[in-house]
Amino acid sequence: MSRLLALLLALLAGVSAQAAEIGQVQADKSRLSFAYTQMGVPMEGTFRRFSAKMSFDPARVPSARASIEVDVAGIDTGSAEADQEVKGKLWFDAATHPTAHFVSTAVKALGGNRFEARGKLTLKGRTLDTAAPFTFTPTPQGGAFDGAFTLKRLDYAIGEGMWADVSAVANEVLIRFHIVAGSAPAKK
Amino acid sequence: MNAPPACYTRTAIALHWLVAALIFATVPLGVYMVGLSLSPIKLRLYSYHKWIGITVLALSVLRILWRATHTPPPLPAALPHWQRAGSHAVHVALYVLIVAVPVSGWLMSSAKGVPTVWFGVLPLPDLVAKDKSLGEILTGVHQGLNIVLLSLVAAHIAAALKHRYIDRDDILERMLPHRPGGRA
Ligand code: HEM
Repeated sequence: MSRLLALLLALLAGVSAQAAEIGQVQADKSRLSFAYTQMGVPMEGTFRRFSAKMSFDPARVPSARASIEVDVAGIDTGSAEADQEVKGKLWFDAATHPTAHFVSTAVKALGGNRFEARGKLTLKGRTLDTAAPFTFTPTPQGGAFDGAFTLKRLDYAIGEGMWADVSAVANEVLIRFHIVAGSAPAKK
Repeated sequence: MNAPPACYTRTAIALHWLVAALIFATVPLGVYMVGLSLSPIKLRLYSYHKWIGITVLALSVLRILWRATHTPPPLPAALPHWQRAGSHAVHVALYVLIVAVPVSGWLMSSAKGVPTVWFGVLPLPDLVAKDKSLGEILTGVHQGLNIVLLSLVAAHIAAALKHRYIDRDDILERMLPHRPGGRA
């Protein structure tokens, strides 16, 4: 029994040592993408510019924090014409609302390496409660957060007027994130 | 050997006119849709265009298989050699183009990263990986092949009308929907 406890403690200590440095997000290794269907055709795009602050220790999940800020003008839909359109008033209205953000309010463990972040997601000036499940994979320098959640674009008035027609562009948008955090390897 | 057939089979005739009708629908659709500014209607028309185009491709493959396995009726013996050679060349080119035009569209859509889901039901595989500059090149290829296709279609129609109204032979009639007692 005491050996098991010692082992557990050693494991926890190991994990939290690995997680201690998390905070620095490596933008070049991280990725924020979105997937939706257009006329039933699966489409994908990315947000090229975003920054994130993470404070996460798998041993102390309730005190974890995450905040992600996205420069919506950095959207890449795969076509210049569409990029231009979605920055416009009917979609993101990037001139009035240049950033979208997510700020966590609570993080809980779901078992194994699975967790869930709850928080406030602000898009186009509208803030709603959101939950995103994610996994955490420790790396020598920190760790990688991988997760996805679905939002309804019309909840945030993304795609108004003629674009509210969800039979052309679906209401459901899957947001996927891959955030690599921790100090970069020494050589660089 | 059997006597040569006097007219095309019903299948060949049906496929000919079906493909012709779909091309006459999808060309103006293509020209109209590219001029629209981005809107749900534009997305819808692009999809319809792609669905019709893929249908043309499927029917064209069937047509070519049918043509390869069924002897067409012979040309009138009096037809001058240059007309025989010319019509043969145009027909071969048309068969190539009714496949090449939709395939170029499919390639373009793959390169642009907008896959095709036929009638919103059947997802087609991407023929090439997403690649912006390749997409632009293929857009030009699709347009160019269309111009060649339309020029040949114009020549094809002119020749058919010449046979009907100037030569007054039965070249056009034998491709028209059948009088009773035609071939299966
Ligand atoms: C018989 C078959 C087809 C015909 C006759 C045809 C004809 C045309 C024509 C005339 C245009 C307009 C070109 C212009 O004015 O710039 C066009 C554009 C286009 N076609 Fe097709 N097409 C066919 C099949 C397809 C297929 C199978 C696809 C895709 C799966 C496709 C995808 C496109 C796209 C995406 C455009 C727009 C290009 C752009 O945005 O500039 N087409 N087509």
